[in-house]
Amino acid sequence: MVKFDRETALNGFIAISLLAIPFIAIGMDEPFYVTLATRVVVFAIAGVGLNLALGLGGLISFGHAAFFGLGGYAAGILASHALNYEPLMTSLFELNGTTEMLIIWGVAVIVSGLAALVIGLFSLRTSGVYFIMITLAFGQMIYYFAISWPAYGGEDGLSIYVRNKFPGVNTLDPINFFLICFVLLMFSILLISVLKNSRFGAALQAARQNDERLSTVGIHPFKIRLTTFVISAMITGLAGALYADLNRFVSPSMLSWHTSGEIMIFVILGGVGRLFGPVVGAALFILFESIFGGLTEHWMLFLGLVLLAVVLFARGGLIGFVAGRARHG
Amino acid sequence: MTSVLFIEQLLNGLQFGVMLFLMAAGLTLVFGVMGLINLAHGALYMVGAFACAAVANYTGSFWLGLVASLVAAAVAGAVIEILVIRRLYTRDHLDQVLATFALILIFSEGTRWLFGSFPLFLNVPEILSGPIELPGGLFYPLYRFALIVIGCLVALGLYLLITKTRLGIQIRAGESDREMIAALGIDIRLLYTIVFALGAALAGFAGGLVGAIQSVQVGMGEPVLILAFVVIVIGGIGSIKGALVGAILVGMVDTMGRFLLPSFFQLFMNNSDATSVGSALASMLIYILMALVLVVKPKGLFPAHG
Repeated sequence: MVKFDRETALNGFIAISLLAIPFIAIGMDEPFYVTLATRVVVFAIAGVGLNLALGLGGLISFGHAAFFGLGGYAAGILASHALNYEPLMTSLFELNGTTEMLIIWGVAVIVSGLAALVIGLFSLRTSGVYFIMITLAFGQMIYYFAISWPAYGGEDGLSIYVRNKFPGVNTLDPINFFLICFVLLMFSILLISVLKNSRFGAALQAARQNDERLSTVGIHPFKIRLTTFVISAMITGLAGALYADLNRFVSPSMLSWHTSGEIMIFVILGGVGRLFGPVVGAALFILFESIFGGLTEHWMLFLGLVLLAVVLFARGGLIGFVAGRARHG
Repeated sequence: MTSVLFIEQLLNGLQFGVMLFLMAAGLTLVFGVMGLINLAHGALYMVGAFACAAVANYTGSFWLGLVASLVAAAVAGAVIEILVIRRLYTRDHLDQVLATFALILIFSEGTRWLFGSFPLFLNVPEILSGPIELPGGLFYPLYRFALIVIGCLVALGLYLLITKTRLGIQIRAGESDREMIAALGIDIRLLYTIVFALGAALAGFAGGLVGAIQSVQVGMGEPVLILAFVVIVIGGIGSIKGALVGAILVGMVDTMGRFLLPSFFQLFMNNSDATSVGSALASMLIYILMALVLVVKPKGLFPAHG
C-alpha cells in the first residue's frame, strides 16, 4: 500500500522537477545543463543500487565502485570491439561486440551481478567492520587489475567513439539519452519500492534488525543478504554502463574507492533507506560540484566539511529533514 | 634468476611488511580500544611524510624531519580526535566511515592547497646512503636495511609498551572493558586521545621513513591504507600480534608475487603475455590471500576478542 504522506508528495515533486530541468535548459538554450541533469540521473541510479544494500539491508558496502566500473567496462569493451570489428573471442565460437544499448545493459547487469555473487560469498561471511574493509579491498583488487591489465587501455582508460544505439531513438540527442536514463531510474526506484514492501523486503529488514530472530523463523539471513547484494550490484552496474555512454569514456577511476565513497555520499546526503534519497543526494552533489567547483579547485575540501557536518549533526539527510524521520528505524 | 636477486627481493618484502606494520598497528590499536574504523589513517601517514619532507628540505637535516613527522602526525591525530573522532565512538560504523572519509577529503585538499600538486622529494640521509654488505657477499641498500631494523625496534617497543607499562595495562583494560576502567578512576577520554595520537604518530613515522624512497605526494596514504586494511583483516582486527604477522605476510606475498609470477608464466607463455598476465595477477595476489584466510578463519588469524 502506498500511503499518501509528506514523503510521497516530496518524491513526486523531486521526480517532476528532475524531469523538467532538461526541458527548461533546452528552452533557455543551455544544453550543458541537460548533460548535468543526466549525470544526476545516472549517479542516482548507482545510489539507488547501493541504497538497497545499505539502507534496507544494513550492508555497508564500500566496494560498489567495482560494480559501477564493471558495468562501465562492459559497455566500453563491447562497444570498442564492435567499432573496431574485432570479435570478442574466436576460439570456441565467434562472439562479436555490440553497440546495442539493450544488449550492453544486459551484459553489464549480468557481469556486475556475477562479481557481486563472488564478492558476496566471501564478504558476507563476515559482518560489521570486516565487511566494510573486505568490500573495500575487493573493490581495490578489481581497480588494480584494471590498471595493470593493458588490453583495454590500462591506466589510460577506453574511449567509446560514438554513443551506443537504442532501437527507434536517436541517442546522440542529449535529451533523448536523458529520457532513457530517467525511465531506467524510475524503473529501478519502482523495483526497490516493490522489493521493500514484499515478503523478501520484510525478511531483509528483519535480517538487519535481528539476525537470530530471522533464523528462528526458518529464514536463512545469508541467502537474503546475498540476493540483496547481487541485486544492488546489478542496479549499480547498469548505472556504470549508462555513465560510460554519457562520457563516451571508461577509466579505472570509475573503479577507485573514491567512487565508492561518492556513491555512498549520494545515499547519505539524501537520506539512508529513503526511496528518493539517492536522487536528492546525487542532485545535491552535482549542484555542489558545479557551484564550488567553479569557484575554487579545492572544492573537495568544502565537500569534506559539509559531509562531516551532515554526519555529525544532521542525520537522516535532506529527505529526513523535510519529511521527518523514517517511521521504521 | 640468481639467488642474490631472490634474497634481495625477500629483504624488500620484509622491509615493505615492516612499514605496513607501522600503519596497521595504529589502525588495529584504535579499533581494538575504541571500536573505531578510521579511514583517515592514511591521511596521517601523508601528514607525516609531508612534515618530514618540508622540515628536512628547510633545515637540511633528515633527522629533524623525522622528528617533525612524528610530532606533526601525533598533533594532527590528537586534534582530529578531540574535534571529530570523539563524537563517533558511540555511532555506528557507517557514520565512522563517512566522517573519516570526509576527513580524508579535507586533509588531501588541504595538503594540496598548502604544498601544491607536485610531489616533494626527500633524500636519504648521507650516513644511510649507499649499500651495506651482508654475509654471503650480498650488497643491499643501507637505508632499506635500516628501515627493517627500525621497524623491528618499533615493534619491540610497542610490545614492551603494551605488556610492561602502566599505559599498556590501561590500553589492554580498555580493550576488554571500557566502563570498568572508567569506573576505576582512569580518565578514559584522555586515554582515547593518547591511543589515537600514538597510532597517528606510528603512521606519520612510517610516512616520513618511506618518503625518502618514494615521492611525497597527495594521496600517497590511500594505497597504503587499503593494504593496512588487508593486513588487519588477515591478522584479526584488534590484534597487534596479528597485525605484525599479517603485515610481514602481505609484504612478502606482494613483493615476491610481483617478482616471481611474470617469470613463472614465462615457462609456458611468450614473454609479453607472461609479463602482463603475471603482473595483473600479482596485483591481485594479496586480495586472494585475504579471501583464502577468510574462508578458513573468518575472524582473521589471531582473533582479538573470543
